[in-house]
Order: sequence, then structure tokens, then C-alpha cells
Amino acid sequence: MHDDEQDRSAPEGHAVTNRERTLRGAAAIVGVADDVSPTGELERHGRRLEAAMVREALADAGLTMDDVDGLACAQMPAGLAEYLAIRPRYLDGTMVGGSSYELHVEHAAAAISAGLCEVVVGVYAATPRSDRRRGGPPAFSGGRGLTGPMPGVEFELPYGLRLPMGAYALAASRHMALYGTTSEQLAQIAVDTRRWAALNPRARYRDELTVDDVLASPWVVTPLHKLDCCLVTDGAGAFVMTSLERARDLPKPPVAVLGAATGGTHAMITEMHDLTVTGGAVSGPAAFGMAGVRPEDVDLLMGYDSFTITALLHLEDLGFCKKGEGGSFVEDGKLGPGGSLPMNTNGGGLSYTHPGMYGMFLLVEAVRQLRGEAGPRQVSGAEVAVAHGSGGVLSTMGTVVLGTEATL
Amino acid sequence: MRDISGMPTKVLEPAPSEAAEGFWDATRRRELALPWCPACPRFFWYPREVCPICLGEAVEWRPAAGTGEVYAVSVHYRTGPGRDPADGPYAVALIDLAEGVRMMSNVVGIAPEAVTVGMPVAVAWLPLSDGRHLPQFVPAPGA
Repeated sequence: MHDDEQDRSAPEGHAVTNRERTLRGAAAIVGVADDVSPTGELERHGRRLEAAMVREALADAGLTMDDVDGLACAQMPAGLAEYLAIRPRYLDGTMVGGSSYELHVEHAAAAISAGLCEVVVGVYAATPRSDRRRGGPPAFSGGRGLTGPMPGVEFELPYGLRLPMGAYALAASRHMALYGTTSEQLAQIAVDTRRWAALNPRARYRDELTVDDVLASPWVVTPLHKLDCCLVTDGAGAFVMTSLERARDLPKPPVAVLGAATGGTHAMITEMHDLTVTGGAVSGPAAFGMAGVRPEDVDLLMGYDSFTITALLHLEDLGFCKKGEGGSFVEDGKLGPGGSLPMNTNGGGLSYTHPGMYGMFLLVEAVRQLRGEAGPRQVSGAEVAVAHGSGGVLSTMGTVVLGTEATL
Repeated sequence: MRDISGMPTKVLEPAPSEAAEGFWDATRRRELALPWCPACPRFFWYPREVCPICLGEAVEWRPAAGTGEVYAVSVHYRTGPGRDPADGPYAVALIDLAEGVRMMSNVVGIAPEAVTVGMPVAVAWLPLSDGRHLPQFVPAPGA
């Protein structure tokens, strides 16, 4: 559907009243971990890898398994809880693709705030790259079980739509046609992200990249070149959350959840109301409003970059620039090291890692930056960071605004 | 299979879902039928057992004009599912139909790189193996 009157899912139709939602300072992320390799492959996989991430994130938090009473993962959660011998009071198996982890943080903050549980661990592991070598069924821990009708099989795949990139290409096509956005402008996002990756020894790709390199890389699905597209690597991560009160007693400085919100618009790309406006136009203002921050207050944006166009749409929908102006906004290199809006400082899905559902890594990097643990890529004086995830094919957006103790 | 240049030689042939039988049956006559909710009253897409506006079950099938314009387009150099790479790049497009709904299709009968956003298009039909047809679109007069 595309007709305004008949569309019930248009972002503007779901204005959220922020005063009804009071997550600001209700919970904090107190531990993080991730496992990524420059080879793109990890030795561990499956449950063992998930368990390792939980162990490392808890160690980072100064907590133990005995403290954990809540679990979040983008799969049927009972099996993982059982494997980890958690007997949870709180389970979140929300699975909306790459932004699942931002939604997990939002839900966990609400649950902790409401007293449903005290310590929630969230975890992700996927090894699509080494699974190829291992053979046999992939050891995905991401939920792959799909239920219910899949209209895309009947009404998209016969037309040869190559997923996921074909869906994003259509969005880029529309944005270019409406706003004159260029391939060079999209390429600049990949270039600046690579500049950050050069500062991260664990990034998959660290060599210098130019706009010409991106434009010279083969077409995949127009208007996206190969280097407009994210990596396929192994990767895993975890986070630990608890109340701000309890967080203050732990060894590391708490990273407070200042705001969090969701914006969903569709599942298959045919049903996206306006291919240039994502649910971030709902989740962004809602999360920022809850946090009491404006775009100019944000020191660091971790904006899901499955493709260059994905990141460009976030910049507009979150209000860093006006709708349609993303191309000119990025072309001066402000997203890279030393720029006015550091974005994807770990090297992003474009150059650091992308195991399929990348949203976990947005949170891990945001926390490290706010703690001052980011080494050569540290954004100096970072107090407010935004982790903005995109799931499906621009389908479900989750915005999390995080801040240091000084922002409370 | 080809009767218009650029039509694919191979496509995935999906089993018709129960909700979409009216659509697929009409394609046997090379007719584009869309689901219509008499209560709302309006067309919707994709076919569902209920109207996505009111959730009513009184869904009917009505013929569509078979015309529209390209909302967005991507030339696929990397082949999607079911396609033969030997067919070469092809245009995957979202088409805004005259009836106010948007559907995915291919634009054929023209070089894929020449398909543009806003281009007027009209339906054409690719025969499937079981007597059904898959809607394709070609540039319409004025394109």
C-alpha cells in the first residue's frame, strides 16, 4: 500500500507522547563484550560462543551468573537460558533482525525499572563465514525459525529481488530520484567508516579507501556498488544491564540508558510506505525526547550501516540533517575521525564486522566510547552516544540514547 | 517463454497462497485483479484473507487497469533467487498502480538501465509453467 489514507503504519501516524514514558536513568549498561577477528572468522561458534560472551560481559560488569535473573536474545530464549543454567524471571526473545539488541535494551530498561528483574544479560553470536568452511547446518544462534505466511515469497521473489541488498537499492533509487543524492555522497560514508576502521586493530578491513574505489567496485544492485554493502563475517557480543542504583556500586562507570524507543513500519520492502523515511523518524525523536537531548548534543552516533544508504537515512530520520539533505551533509567527511559527528567509530558493518544482525556491536562500541576505553579511536570527552539499529529491510528501528553519569 | 525483450527465461514459480487465489486465477486470463474491500471501500495489496484497514473478511477481486508508474527501481547485476545469470541484468521495480496500491515487478521491453523513477508503465504477462502468468511491466505511451 502507498496511499496516505489507507496506510496505518505511516511513521507520522504514531506520535509517541514522551511524558508517558520515563526510562531516563532507569537502568544502565554495566558490562559489554564482543568477539571479532580481522580474518572475519572465529574459532568458537554456537552456544559455546554465546556462553563466552556472557562470561566476558559479566566479568566486565563485575557480576556473576548468580546475579543474572533476566535474558535477552533474538531467538527462542528458553533453550539458551537452559544452556546457561539461568532460571530467568525475565525473558525477551524479540527477533526483528539487526535492531533486536536495541529493542532488548529498551525492554530491559523498562523491566528493570518496573522491578520485574534486576540483572539482564543480552547476547548474540553468529558465524556465517566460518560456517561455510565447517559445512553442515549453520550454527546460527540468531533465530531463523519463521512462522506464519511469507508474502514476500509470492510477491517479491518471483521478480528476482535479491535480498537484502535489493530492498536497500530500491530505497537508494527513490532517495536519489527525489533528492538528487549521488553515488559519490553514499561512497563518502564508506570512506569515512573505513578511516575509523583503520584505527581498530580488530577490524576486517583497514586499508585506505577512496570514493573512486567505491565507485569502481562492481555494481551489485544499482545504485549500490559492492563497497556500499556491509561485510559478511563471524562475530558475537553481549551486554549486561542493571538498575542505575546497583550500577553505581560496580567497578566500572555506569553507562545510563537515557532514552529508548522503537519504530516499526513494515516487513517486506513493497509495504514500506515511503522508501526515504524509516521508522527512525518515530523512534529517534521519541528516544531523544525521553533523553532530553537534541541531535547537536550527540557526541557519537552508532548508526546501523548494513549499506551506505541505511546510514544516510538514519542521519535524516534522527534529525542530524533535514530529510533529503543527507547526501550534502556527509560529503565533507564530518563522519570520520576528527569530524563534527563521529559515526561508527569501530569501523561499522561496512569495515569492522557484520555477522547478519549487527545491532549488538553498536551498543558495545557506544559503551566503550562513553567509558573512555576506545583507545586510538576514542572520541574525546564523549558523554552522549546514540545506538540506532535497523532490522529486516529498513523494517524495525530501535534507538537507544546512552550517557555517562555526568548526563544524568 | 519470452515474448517481450528482457523477459526472464527462469523465475521462481510460487505456489498460490489461499488468500491470493483470485489474483493467480485472473492471471490465467492475463488479467490483473486486485483485492478490494467493499466496506472501506478500497483496493489493497498484497492479497490477504482480511482487509488490512478494517480487518473485515468480505474481500472481493476487482480488475485493475494494469497501468502505473515506477516508484523505485534497481538493476540487479547480482542475480536474485530463481533467475538465470545468463539472462543478464534486469530491472526490479516497485510500481505504483493507478488503483493506489504498490506492487513489485520487473520492467522489461527496454534496457534495464533506461528504466527511471516516474516512468509510466503497463502490465505485460510472462507465462508460467502451469497456465498462470506473472505480471511484468513495459514502458507505456508517454514513457
